[in-house]
Amino acid sequence: MSSYRLSKGGNIDRAKPLDFTFDGKPMQGFVGDTLASALLANGRQLVGRSFKYHRPRGILTAGAAEPNALVTIGEGGRTEANSRATLVELYNGLTAKSQNRWPSVDFDLGAVNSLLSPFLSAGFYYKTFMWPAAFWEKVYEPIIRKAAGLGRATYEADPDSYEKCWAHCDLLVIGAGPAGLAAALTAGRTGARIILVDEGFTPGGSLLSETEQDATNLLAQTIAELDSLPNVRIFSRTTVFGWYDGNVFGAVESVQKNTVTVDPNRPVERLWRIAAKHAILASGAEERPLVFGGNDVPGVMMAGAMRSYLNRQAVAPGHSTVIFTNDASGYATARDLEAAGLHVAAIIDSRPDAPQKWTGSARVLTNAVVLDVKGGRAVKSVEVFSNGRTETIPADALGMSGGWSPIIHLACHRGAKPVWSDAKSAFLAPEKQEGLTLAGSAAGLGSFEACLGDGAAKAVPALEALGFSNASAAFAATSDNAIVSKPLWRVQGSKGKAFVDYQNDVHLKDLGLAVSEGYVHVELAKRYTTNGMATDQGKLSNINAIGILAEARKVSPADVGTTTFRPFYTPLSFGALTGASKGKHFQPVRKSPLHDWAKKNGAVFVETGLWYRSSWFPKAGETTWRESVDREVLNVRKNAGICDVSTLGKIEIHGKDAAEFLNRVYCNAFLKLPVGKARYGLMLREDGMIYDDGTTSRLGENHFFMTTTTAYAAGVMNHLEFCAQALWPDLDVQFASSTDQWAQIAVVGPKSRTILQALVDEDISDAAFPFLGAKEVSLFGGKLTGRLFRISFSGELAYELAVPAGYGEAVADAIMEAGAPHGICPYGVEALGVMRIEKGHVTHSEINGTVIPSDLGFAKMVSTAKPDFIGKAMLSREGMVAADRLSLVGVKPIDPATTFKTGSHILAKGATPSLANDQGYVSSSCYSPNLGSTIGLALVKRGPQRHGERVTVWNDLKNEYTEAELCSPVFFDPENGKLHG
Amino acid sequence: MASLIACPHCGPRPKEEFTIRGDAGIARPLPDAGEDEWHAYVYLRDNPRGRHKEHWHHTSGCRRWLVVERDTMTHAIYTVTDASAQGETA
Repeated sequence: MSSYRLSKGGNIDRAKPLDFTFDGKPMQGFVGDTLASALLANGRQLVGRSFKYHRPRGILTAGAAEPNALVTIGEGGRTEANSRATLVELYNGLTAKSQNRWPSVDFDLGAVNSLLSPFLSAGFYYKTFMWPAAFWEKVYEPIIRKAAGLGRATYEADPDSYEKCWAHCDLLVIGAGPAGLAAALTAGRTGARIILVDEGFTPGGSLLSETEQDATNLLAQTIAELDSLPNVRIFSRTTVFGWYDGNVFGAVESVQKNTVTVDPNRPVERLWRIAAKHAILASGAEERPLVFGGNDVPGVMMAGAMRSYLNRQAVAPGHSTVIFTNDASGYATARDLEAAGLHVAAIIDSRPDAPQKWTGSARVLTNAVVLDVKGGRAVKSVEVFSNGRTETIPADALGMSGGWSPIIHLACHRGAKPVWSDAKSAFLAPEKQEGLTLAGSAAGLGSFEACLGDGAAKAVPALEALGFSNASAAFAATSDNAIVSKPLWRVQGSKGKAFVDYQNDVHLKDLGLAVSEGYVHVELAKRYTTNGMATDQGKLSNINAIGILAEARKVSPADVGTTTFRPFYTPLSFGALTGASKGKHFQPVRKSPLHDWAKKNGAVFVETGLWYRSSWFPKAGETTWRESVDREVLNVRKNAGICDVSTLGKIEIHGKDAAEFLNRVYCNAFLKLPVGKARYGLMLREDGMIYDDGTTSRLGENHFFMTTTTAYAAGVMNHLEFCAQALWPDLDVQFASSTDQWAQIAVVGPKSRTILQALVDEDISDAAFPFLGAKEVSLFGGKLTGRLFRISFSGELAYELAVPAGYGEAVADAIMEAGAPHGICPYGVEALGVMRIEKGHVTHSEINGTVIPSDLGFAKMVSTAKPDFIGKAMLSREGMVAADRLSLVGVKPIDPATTFKTGSHILAKGATPSLANDQGYVSSSCYSPNLGSTIGLALVKRGPQRHGERVTVWNDLKNEYTEAELCSPVFFDPENGKLHG
Repeated sequence: MASLIACPHCGPRPKEEFTIRGDAGIARPLPDAGEDEWHAYVYLRDNPRGRHKEHWHHTSGCRRWLVVERDTMTHAIYTVTDASAQGETA
């Protein structure tokens, strides 16, 4: 409880208090606070427990890199675990909870893990919990997973909406600190379209933490001018998380994450894809922690963060602060603390002679390091080693600075490797990359003036290259006067644990262990120790880890290299990635034009792809689906039935080469199909396997109407387009998908002609309109034009009538009315399936990608006269003409009281079930009410030659064996008497 | 993978509108070209590092088949042309 709010100062509005809770305790902050600053202002430094050891942890940073202050925000479906308190804008009614603790963050039983730490070192799960082996999955892993971890996701649905958008600009400026603002201002004045993005809730970056009047004025003036420019868009609360091909940047904008009263008409987050002609990356630099004993005790904080909280939100880190630094920024923090009237106990500078001129009252110890921090849940004192002497300095806060690392993640998202600079003691991104320029401290600069000048200077050539020749730098270039010191990668002789990766609890000894066990490569050390693998992706830890590995290997960090930077820069919510694609918007629903007709006739629907197809039409008193389906089948075969076949793919084909084209995409002949006739066609893949089947009708000399199966409608369309455009662009042929334009109704059964004749004006007698007839017809005395096809999937006398989609329901009603005296009934895809199996007709159950036409008895359909068609060349391959290919055959049980299931395998009678004895499998099966037995279609070795053979149908899943007989696949009306009736 | 494809008919469009088929640098053999050539056409594909011509279908756009020449390493796109203009390489 040592941090507190100062009575004056800071950029907060003390007239606007905000109420929030932390672990249920009411607290108050002000407009201008982040959750982190408000917690600190309330004396709350201990905010979480660490991942592995459950060590007490406090707020370390003031930005996106925060590894410790991960809290769960919100209630119910709005619960968001692992939110970084440093980035959460405070709002009225915010509820925050600490994580990974039980029963409370102050008293956490999991902290017993610290006592077990000798067993939890790097790679512990490979070593410690090895025996007995069976215990890993059942005992060790569940216990370890339960003890380790972060926040818990909610099981409730997120009530809010998210959206995805595109944005386009000439210049994208990422980061609204000094360099970014200078670049945006330079660019904005040219009239170019500019997007300026910043993750904070106020643009300004490091300028927001400055107290000098010059900096404050400059920020206000620049923002005012940018706001006045109509060609400049400023996105605050927006994080650019990835750089992608085509110079597209991914960004997530928080729209309403800062309120409990969410407007339901607006999204809470937007996922942006920003297509930028050029981008300037001004993402700044990250201050490095120092690696010394107890560097994770709550109250230890980055010096820059301490300064930011002091100057922005008037938060004092404690009553007496020690600064440990090897860099100028520690002195800047000490200076501002003293200026605010706070006590700085000492400045511990690791460098032999501190280059900074220090005029404050705190004493400076040079060539000094912190060996240990005393105090468990809060800093009590600091043990300092200086010039051979150890000293304990009482303090309740410690600010540390190990120097700065440019934030180059985005610049390395597309494969570029960071380059180590000895002069800057930092990894820099390659300078020249198409479409992206780094500016300011992201490019390795240190001083504020140099960053301003650099941002402006980098914008000019980028704009000129885009054709804005009027660009002139908004700020003058200044040489960088920042002094870069040699990094102190670790403090030798540290007592206690010295953490490198806070979030994954990786400490100095873990890295030492990795090196001593041979995991010296940076990628191996990363995985062995898990350094850099937490949700912060090593923003604070990676560079220190590389430095430590380099020291241990006695090489330069350049020789160690970095691990790979990948999107996302910071974690994204699933909501933002999902956007509007949730619930019923996850995938579209396709409804047939006859959907409402089927519904009012009592259909039960089944999802087939995106479609809802009517499955069967139960009548009152029917208790099982089989009862309904059996009735439908028997009635269709006795009287008549009507079935919705609108979901079949329908393609209009026009052009003077349409017939030639069809001749090339079907394996059977189409060139001489007469006008007014339909033909069943088989489409092959180039490897000879059947791709799809359907009927195609010639409605005019150069006009065909193709139908495909429901499932392959889109695929066939793409295929036809490929053939026409890429293979044979010389052919004159065009396509239009008309699946959704037609309602198509099958009218089936011995009485179908009589029923249809009541609607159709033309004569449809067998003589006038024989089997496979196809023509445009007039309906209802000329009121409507439709297309009539005499085709049959059931083996009955049957027609398919296509009418414009909007008339579908009315026409179906008219057919039902005309058919009522003849006993017509609606039937669904189940009855359709039973009748096609009875008739031995195939579907994609048989056309399963492994069959060629001869396998299904279609050998004669394959044209030998045509010089070429898709699939022809490969049909003559050795394996395609092998005698024992699986071929279509019927199968039925010997005892009609027994049954078998689709997918069961065929064995020679009495043979032992084995792969070697496998003869094939049942591809389709159903109960046939006409035969009073289960029947099936099967693909069996030499099937057609084995009619009459007794076999065993074997279902290993259920351990079922059924004695059966192979037979002709046509179970019903093999003479086609009904078809031609 | 490229984020934007410059369709010669529709202009730059997001990649989600397109479907990739594969190598556009191989020609469909003549019907009597023989088993080896057909086998190579149907089954064998190079997986080059660097420049590669592919057939892309603007499925959710103009529905034209395009030949996209891109770099499989850098994802840079060099040319996008209508497939019908390159019948000889299709």
